[in-house]
Amino acid sequence: MRSSVSRLSLWLLLTPFLLWIVLLVLLPHLQMLRVSFQVRESWDTLTWGLQQYQNFFTESYYWRTFVRTGVMSLFTTFLTLIIAFPIAWYIARLARGRSKGILFMACLIPFWASELVRTYGWMILLRESGLFSSWLQALGWVDGPVEMLYNDVAVIIGLVYNGLLFMVVPLVTTLDGMDENLVEAGYDLGGGHGTVLREIVVPWAMPSIVSGCIVVFMLTLGSYLTPVLMGGKDSAWFTEQIFTQFITRFNWEQGAALGVLLLVLSSVIVWLGLKVSGQSLRKVMG
Amino acid sequence: MARSSRSTRKHAVLLSATLATGGFANATAAEELRLITWGGYAPDDVVAQFEEETGIDVQVTLSNNEDMISKLRATGGAGFDLAQPSQDRIVGVQRQFNIYKPIDFSRVDADQLQPAMVKATQDSTELDGKYYGVPSVWGTSGLIVHNSVADVVTDYTDLCDPAVAGEVSYRLKRPTLIGFAFAMGMDPFAAYDNREEYESILAKVEDKLIDCKSNVKTYWTGGDQLLALLRTGEVTAAMAWDAGGWKLNAENPEIRFVAPDSGALGWIDTFAIPRRSENEEAAYKWINFVMQPEIAAKITNESGNFTASKGADEYVKAELRDAYRASFDDSAINNIKWYPPVPPGLETMEGQVLDTVQAAN
Amino acid sequence: MDSDLFCEGLVRRFGSNAAVDHISLDVPAGTFFSILGPSGCGKTTLLRLLAGFDKPDEGDIHIRGQRMNDVPPNRRPVNMVFQHLALFPAMSVGDNIGYGLKRRKVPVAERRKRIAGVLEQVGLPGLEYRDPQELSGGQRQRVALARCLVLEPTLLLLDEPLGALDLKLREQMKVELKHLQKQFGTTFVYITHDQSEAMVMSDQVAVMREGRFDQVAPPEELYREPATPFVAGFVGDNNRLAGELVAIRDNLAEIRLDDGSLVQGRVASGDLETGRRAELYIRPESLVLSGDALSTGFSAMQAKVRTTLFDGANSRVEAENGGQPVYARLPQDGSAPKLSAGSAIRLAWDPVLARVFGADNP
Repeated sequence: MRSSVSRLSLWLLLTPFLLWIVLLVLLPHLQMLRVSFQVRESWDTLTWGLQQYQNFFTESYYWRTFVRTGVMSLFTTFLTLIIAFPIAWYIARLARGRSKGILFMACLIPFWASELVRTYGWMILLRESGLFSSWLQALGWVDGPVEMLYNDVAVIIGLVYNGLLFMVVPLVTTLDGMDENLVEAGYDLGGGHGTVLREIVVPWAMPSIVSGCIVVFMLTLGSYLTPVLMGGKDSAWFTEQIFTQFITRFNWEQGAALGVLLLVLSSVIVWLGLKVSGQSLRKVMG
Repeated sequence: MARSSRSTRKHAVLLSATLATGGFANATAAEELRLITWGGYAPDDVVAQFEEETGIDVQVTLSNNEDMISKLRATGGAGFDLAQPSQDRIVGVQRQFNIYKPIDFSRVDADQLQPAMVKATQDSTELDGKYYGVPSVWGTSGLIVHNSVADVVTDYTDLCDPAVAGEVSYRLKRPTLIGFAFAMGMDPFAAYDNREEYESILAKVEDKLIDCKSNVKTYWTGGDQLLALLRTGEVTAAMAWDAGGWKLNAENPEIRFVAPDSGALGWIDTFAIPRRSENEEAAYKWINFVMQPEIAAKITNESGNFTASKGADEYVKAELRDAYRASFDDSAINNIKWYPPVPPGLETMEGQVLDTVQAAN
Repeated sequence: MDSDLFCEGLVRRFGSNAAVDHISLDVPAGTFFSILGPSGCGKTTLLRLLAGFDKPDEGDIHIRGQRMNDVPPNRRPVNMVFQHLALFPAMSVGDNIGYGLKRRKVPVAERRKRIAGVLEQVGLPGLEYRDPQELSGGQRQRVALARCLVLEPTLLLLDEPLGALDLKLREQMKVELKHLQKQFGTTFVYITHDQSEAMVMSDQVAVMREGRFDQVAPPEELYREPATPFVAGFVGDNNRLAGELVAIRDNLAEIRLDDGSLVQGRVASGDLETGRRAELYIRPESLVLSGDALSTGFSAMQAKVRTTLFDGANSRVEAENGGQPVYARLPQDGSAPKLSAGSAIRLAWDPVLARVFGADNP
């Protein structure tokens, strides 16, 4: 009797979460999966088929954008890690008291504005008539205006900036919890800076490195505004493809297929990342 | 003291009872108009005036053609009581997704509207003998140029001239394909219903756009982005909407909107009623309200686009009228290419061309 | 014997406070040297100076005659066992021990052999592949030791490594550590706040207080002949009886306690002056419960029983004299009279076993 009551209350507690998962996560994805296997024969008839997936592989533009997006996202994630690690190290282990809080806030503040605003910020800095260009001219390092926007480097700068916080936060948390003695022991037993970093600090921070990388990778892969606004003439991003299919082409079937493929790609890469780093999802997310 | 607290409690009980039971009833009782439209088409003061006069609450959602269609398609024509798609984007969409209901012209105050505009809109929004659109605001796309390059760039294809290399911008969207086709001496509108011919036109445009790619600074994706590019002088010639050009002209006389030699591309934004509109009555009220000359002129002043309302011209800002006249002489007006309805499936063809252009190096 | 560690005039200041205040020490090779002091006395700072994690503001550190001040920790022939051991959690036991060898570029086969060897020596044969987290507290202790000892350091520093163990295991590890030290012949510098650890294991103990050494001596000397009242009070149990110095005779000081009794003890400091306050320290085991009969030369005082504390061989009676608590060891043969709370007893001692310091002497 008592166990059935507690089971009931457990279910009641879980209900909002389950509803959320089912209604907002599971159902839309299943629907998308279903739509992706539909083929439009004419403007009002549909049949089942793999046409959309075939399109993806035969139309080089799709899969090239797909590969490009994947590779650039991986690179962005890696770069974010490289930049975030020293920042996190500084905040977690070197900064004291007030400055620690201030630094942490400094990382957080850009995220009070939307991605759009942040992206426009970078555009103001990088554009031909922008700040960097005029500084370079004022310093006499260049003769004319320099365009730093509308290329892949600009896109990566924007994406790294967007991802930074999501890498710094988990890193700060774990590095903060690391016993100083571990580092000292690393030196004491004869290790140099590189060894201590590689053999002791990185393995310790591994779960948060992996979780940070997963989050940043997913964010980057799924970002839309930054690549669209800062990218060059041929820097297509896969989410842009999906958006175009859904919104401007009214081709929901193709859009859904591309969406499913993106989901598969991100899942596979996350899975590979976990395998390679020897982490489990439970450890990383716990 | 005791009495007042008891009465307060009674009120609280009443209130919560109302909230609990009356939640849904209230939603229908309070008059509401959910409008999905373009930026500038429902200025705050116009909305306020309408709310005051009719007591109807207006919820404005800003959007664009594609977004409007997608939203209405996703709900089967629900969620909004009135939409403002362009005249060429109604019939094909309606046939395919059935998201609008026909206009009851007996409820529209046609005396306020320019008959030619009504006729043009009816022609392009007719399906099975029913009309789906009322004209609202019209405009064109053409070229925005700096005076320094005005001699070089007089048509869309001039954007590919080496003299303006790296200072040019246009969208990777269908108007660009259409504009370039006209400028190359072809008539894409005539080929709308001939798939093969349209494909061959697109193939030529595709080659041209790929050749032209090195000239382009960036493909613009948003109005603000384009205006910033032109304002800073990073871009000196672009294919864009007239209203944007006039706005820049007001800031800097060096920048002008010009109708290209091959003709500006004309569009009419309409009123269309979503199939599952919950307040048609309010929708017609809004149409008749905003098409009054004074109100329509306010919208023109706000958005920079001209209106299908009859007699609104005299209320429009003088600068705007002047800018309009500077851009369009009579021959330019006669040369405007009005978008005919887009047949279904065209967007897919065009989409492939646009993808190929973007992918090309 | 050569000195493995020789320091002179070491000073380390934090702000205006000197955590290590002119410390000099000399540790002969192969000995077990303890630094004993209450928390905050500066012993950890001193140890970190020796390890190289911190630099002295003044003074020199020599290890086997080499000046070490500017040598970074990874180049010093010194290893440290940390208070919480600091075993690398991502590595197996074997990798933990192999870490230092790897840094010295010892080939894999040789490394494996030495890891197995040292594990054997610390009594954990065959545990190379275990995860340190799976081991018991005592086993991890030994892994931490093995990790250092495998490098054959000149000096092994130990920072209260037994603190985290439970009492029984701690007692056992004390003995074990001492044996290991003898077996490896490595010089140990061990810091602790637990006087019993220091006493059991060490060849020499330095008692540290407020950045300085009060006394450096073998454990027994420390116990029997504390040089300062602090050492007398800190090392082992001791009773402190305060009074006024009446006279000094034959190296014996005579004190009038606050309750009026006249007692004697050995002069332990040079600042005794008649008429000034003085303190007499007498250990509980030196106090005898006497009847009326008194051995010749013994001092005695009246006390009132508060309670008895039974603790096997360490059973004591808690009494009070002039408001001050006094502890006396009960005879082990159970011959003690029945002591009820409130009853009066007489406590006597041989003045040679008591030590008298001037009360103003810090």
